[in-house]
This record gives sequence, structure tokens and C-alpha cells, in this order.
Amino acid sequence: MNDLTPILIDGGHLVSPADGLDRPGRLLLRRGRIEAIDLPDDDLPAYYHRIDARGCLVTPGLVDLGVEFREPGYEEDETIDTGGAAAVAGGYTTVLCLGNCDPPIDAPAGVESIGRIAATAGGPRIRVIACLSQGRKGEQMAELGLLVKAGAVAFSDSPGAIGHNALLKRALEYCRMFDIPIFDRPVDPDLVDRGVMHEGCVSLVLGLAGLPTEAEDLAVARDVRLAEATGGRLHVGPISTMGSIDLLRWVKSRGIPVTASACPHNLWQSDEMLRGFDPRFKVHPPLRSPRHIEMLRQAVADGTIDAIQSGHMPRAREKKMNDLDQAPFGAATLETSLAVVATRMVHTGILSWSGLVQRMSTGPARIAGLKAGTLAVGAPADVTVIDPDETWTVDPQRFYSICHSSPHEGDEVRGRVIYTIVDGEIRFTRRPALEHLATTG
Amino acid sequence: MTTTPTDDPASASGTQGFVPPQRPAGWHRRHLLDLESLTAAEITALLDAAETLKRLTNQCRHKIPLLGGRTLANLFFENSTRTRNSFSLAAKRLGADTVEFSSAGSSVSKGETFIDTAKTIQAMGVDWVVTRHPSPGTPHQLSRELNCCVLNAGDGAHEHPTQGLLDMLTIREHRGRLEGLTVALVGDIAHSRTARSNMWGLRKLGAHVIVCGPATLVSPRWEELGFEVAHDLDDILDRCDVLNLLRIQFERFASRPFPSVHEYANRYAMNGRRMRRCRDDILIMAPGPINRGVEITPEVADGPQSVILEQVTNGIAVRMAALWLLVGGSDEADRG
Repeated sequence: MNDLTPILIDGGHLVSPADGLDRPGRLLLRRGRIEAIDLPDDDLPAYYHRIDARGCLVTPGLVDLGVEFREPGYEEDETIDTGGAAAVAGGYTTVLCLGNCDPPIDAPAGVESIGRIAATAGGPRIRVIACLSQGRKGEQMAELGLLVKAGAVAFSDSPGAIGHNALLKRALEYCRMFDIPIFDRPVDPDLVDRGVMHEGCVSLVLGLAGLPTEAEDLAVARDVRLAEATGGRLHVGPISTMGSIDLLRWVKSRGIPVTASACPHNLWQSDEMLRGFDPRFKVHPPLRSPRHIEMLRQAVADGTIDAIQSGHMPRAREKKMNDLDQAPFGAATLETSLAVVATRMVHTGILSWSGLVQRMSTGPARIAGLKAGTLAVGAPADVTVIDPDETWTVDPQRFYSICHSSPHEGDEVRGRVIYTIVDGEIRFTRRPALEHLATTG
Repeated sequence: MTTTPTDDPASASGTQGFVPPQRPAGWHRRHLLDLESLTAAEITALLDAAETLKRLTNQCRHKIPLLGGRTLANLFFENSTRTRNSFSLAAKRLGADTVEFSSAGSSVSKGETFIDTAKTIQAMGVDWVVTRHPSPGTPHQLSRELNCCVLNAGDGAHEHPTQGLLDMLTIREHRGRLEGLTVALVGDIAHSRTARSNMWGLRKLGAHVIVCGPATLVSPRWEELGFEVAHDLDDILDRCDVLNLLRIQFERFASRPFPSVHEYANRYAMNGRRMRRCRDDILIMAPGPINRGVEITPEVADGPQSVILEQVTNGIAVRMAALWLLVGGSDEADRG
């Protein structure tokens, strides 16, 4: 909470499915809270910043279900500072940060230290997905209860898979005590071998080792059966295959509370992109064939997929500029996610803006059990202002992220973040500072 | 039809009065990365140039001073003897110098990326980088980073374009054409760059290509891509003009794709019994190294239909052609 000057976001179109909002309106933010909606001029405070949001959408701040900020241990890839700057530039007000650092975040001190760094970084709210297993080795459970106490909001061994069935089963049972979800990146380690891209005609022609869709399908099948058997809270994602979608439809029809997410790049680009052998297209989940993309887009639209996560997996240039076998999976995606989803889903008529906010803010907040994803009066003042029609070209050299590798380099996209407000404070804006200087009411 | 070496002493006149051969039309590229992206006309230009240079080498039994003063760098990140020596000899027969780099003992083993290694070598002033690497696409990546010509000498399981070309040249010499022929590639298609280069090259020049081998090594997806897939060698023998027998690349398997070598040899080894079911004029090819007793028995490898050693000879010719067309040629054209 802060006691800075109140902010009036005026003239925009409010979109918040959690509150049934999809109409023009104004918002007053004060002391870190949403103080009022649609208040008349007479009730405005004496002194406030005014954000002119005409032509823009005003939404709850975006929430990401799993970024890698690589600190401590891999600061050449990303730090909490640079990753945070990338997040707010992409409209995110809360990100869940994965524990695949060095040392891995598998003990309370690690969660607390990330919290301390994040508090002074001036970026988004950062919550921690702690390691499910000790040392992220996939053998013994980490001290899950103590990690929850320290502030962990979920557990995962991502980007590694949870290989042992017994470990996952036990963890799902154990976590019922805390009502904390387990996130699994569904990959059967036996079936992926040294794969670098989607297994299909393109990988066959290029002679590249494949990541078969059944490696994901099998892991999702195992995951959902264990969720049903244990009654634990499970989130699978990011998913990318038709087989996963079939399984999710089946499990949701049985009322089992499994949730799922997908990444923007899997809604757009196909494995054909690998034909130039450029490691910037070596991402995870891999770029699939067009049939999978089409099914994934439908599943996002009909809600089978609850959330879209950026899949931000930054890797330093010296790691990415290698051959396709050696180069790591990964790309900087926080700064392009909103625009990519808007371009491929909203501007093509598959998804409404309200649907986008549901998948990128409200849904993820609900999955992570956070008080976010809403514009309700009294809620934390985490707000994103979006110009839905601004068209721009992705230039990774201008990213705030240390990682400048993007599968969308050079793509023209439509929809852009103009303001990101966290805790009632403008943490990012694309407009000159003078435009929102204090005004007397 | 076959060009044979001539012993006519009149033509072995050395380099005096050397008349440079006519460049075949239709080639403008600076790199030879794969056959999939080439047109039929470009492949034909390479084969024609190879034929011309092979004839010239045989006539004069000396170097053809076509590319004197130029330097070829062999940049091999994977073991090779025949391809590396073939490129070296091809360069030397054209009057160029060669320099050798291998990953063992070089800075690559000290953690340098292959791109930096290649840039370093380029900075020493080379005209061609010939590269072999276990990872597909590395020549394509290098072609974007380097200013010199890049030749792919094998990139993982992707392509080995000069191997494809030398196989095609060998067939063309014996049959006078490729169009209408049926060529079977037998064995480990999954891991074979030779197979892929042959498949694209042969198809572009009008041959019918069958890929044959165990179902774990011959993907049904090849059918989606328009190639004939067979799993029983005996079913296709009587239809084939050419059999190209690929080595089983045991070193590339994570889990064994067939129960035993014994079973594989039983189903796929080309032996005397199977030879009797083939057409009389069938050509037996193998890119080598060959595993006698696995994909081919000695009586077939050393038999009258085998052209395995001609393939090696033709390898030098197609590599000379590639070097000439890529750098020497275009430079001449610029001056002209």
C-alpha cells in the first residue's frame, strides 16, 4: 500500500469479467486500492493524476502463472529486476516465479529472499512457485509446509517434469492440507530423449530429433488420473497438443478440478518456423503443427484451457547462439504475450477482450489463489491500460528483458500496453510523463 | 556412356595451353547447404559441371588450374575420413590450398561455439568453409554468419548434398539419365543424411524413390511427403534399377530400433540370393563405410553390379564442381 497521489483513469472502456464489467467507465485508485468506479466529478479528490484512457481498455493487471527470473544463479539470463521490468512492460502486475534457480528455491529462505529483492525492484508483484522436490531432483518432497508459510503459492519442478508417479501422488495428497496447487509441465521424460522440436513431417525432413505429442499426452493422462484419485489441486501447463485437450475435456466433464494453461507462441506459429534452423524458434512447448494450433485456439476460446501464460524462459545470447541441439529451449515472451494473444485470438474474432482478460488475469489469479484479476472496489489497485488497436513490430533489441531471443521477432502485432499500475503506482508507461501530471480536480 | 580415363599421352599435356571449361548455366548460389532447396536445373548444372571436370582431370592427369590462390577450410566437428579427404583432393586438383580444423583439440573442446570457431577461421582468409557437424542446420546457421561460401559436408541426420550428388552422378553415368528410374534407399532412413539428400535430388530429376527398412527406421510420414515406403526388401527387388544400401548408425540410437543385427541382416542384407531376384542391370550402391554382413555381403559389395568405388571417384568430381560453381564460377562471371 502507498499513499501517493490518487490516480483517475478516465475515458476508457472497463473490461473485467470477474465483475461483469465490459463498458465505458472511470476508475479512481487511492492508497493502493481501487477506491471507486464511475464516481461523478463532484466526488473527485482535490488533487490527482489523470490518465487519459480514451480509446483504451482498462483491465485488471495481467497475472502470469510461471516465469523464470533466473536469480540467483543465472543472472546472465535474467534478474528479478530486468524480468520485472519486462513484466510490467508487458502489462503484468503479478507474476509467479519458478524456482529453477541455482540454488533451486526449495527452502523457506529462498522464497523470502526473492520476496525481499522483489519488494525493492519496482516491478510487478512477484510470488514464488517453489520446487516440489528437494533440489528439484524429482525424488523427495521439499519442505512444502514450511515453504507455504514462507509465502510459496504453488509447487512445481518445471521446467523439468515430475517424473516419479509416486512423488506426484504423494505431493497432491500432502498439499490438500494447504489448499495449494501443484503445477506440472506435462512431459514424459522417457519419450522425449534429445528432442528439439515437434515430431512430425518437418522434423523428419530436417533430421532433427522430435518431441512427440504423446510425450505430453501421456503425462497429462497420468496427471489428471492422479488428481482425480487424490483430490489434490493440479494445474497442467503449458500444454500444446490435441491429445491433452481431449483429456482435459474428459476430466472437466467429470467435474475434477484440474486447470490448464497454454503459451501464446503455441497459438500462432507452427513447426514450419524451424526450417531456417534458427534457435529463436527452439521454445517449450515446441511449436506444433497447424492442426494442434487450431485445436489449441479453440480450447482457449471455449475455456477448456483456463489460462494463457507467457512461458517467459529467458536465456542469454551466448547460450542461444549455438546449434539447435546445444541451444537451450527458451525465449523472452513477457513483452509480447498480450499483443500476440490479441492479434491471434481477439482481432481474429475467436475470443472477446473479456475472454482475454479472463485467460490472462482473472483465471490465472484464481488458479494461484491470489486476490487479483478484478476491478472490484476495495481490491488492490493493479490495473493495465491497453490500446487495443496500436499496431507495432516486435523488436527484441528493445526488450527490457536481458534475453533478446523471441520467436516473434519482426512480427507485426496489434494491441499494446500503455500503462501498468501496481499497488496504485504507475510502474510502466509508454506515454511521456507530462501527460499524467497531477491535475486539480 | 561412362567416361573412362584416357591414357592418350597427347592429352596429358599438363597445364600449358589450359582452356578453362565452360560454366554450366543456371547456377548463382554461394552456398551448397542441401538439395531440398535446389531446383532441378541447379542440380543438373552441378552434375554437368562434375562431368566436365571429371573428363578434364582424366585427360590431363594434372591439376586443373581453375581456382589457384584460393583456400578451402575443412571444419569438421564430427569424424570423417573419406569426405574430408575428398574435399581436400577436390580443392587441390583445382589448384586451391586447404587447411584443416577438427573439433578434437581445437577451441571447440574449450567451450567455444561452432559459430565463433567458423568466424575465426574465416578471418584467416578462406574462400570456402566445408563443414560437418552432428547438429542439423549448422551449415545454414553459418551461411548467415559468414561471408565466404559454405558447403555442407553432413549436418546430423539432415543432409549430405555432395553425397547425394555423387550418387546421382554415378547413376547418370551408368544409365544416361535419372528420369523414370526406380531407386530404393535401404536401411536406416531415420538417421541418414545421405538418404535425405538422395530423396530430394532424385525426385527433382524425375526418379521414383522407395525408402525401405524396418518400421522403426522408416517413418510412415515419408508417404505424406510423397515417397514410397516399403518394409519388405524382397517385395521391391524386382522393380528397382538401383539399390543404395545405407549403414545402420548404431551410434545414434538411444534405444535399439530392431531386436538384433542378426534379424536385421536376415530381413535387409543384400546377398547373393537376393541378387538373383533383381534385374540383371541393377546398380548396387553404398555410401560407406559399409558393414559387411549387415547391410551387404561381400559377394555383393565386390560383385559385378557394385559401383561402390566409382561413387568414391565421383565424389571428388562433384566436390570439384561445387567448389568451382560456388566461388570460382561466380567470381569469373563478375569479371567477365
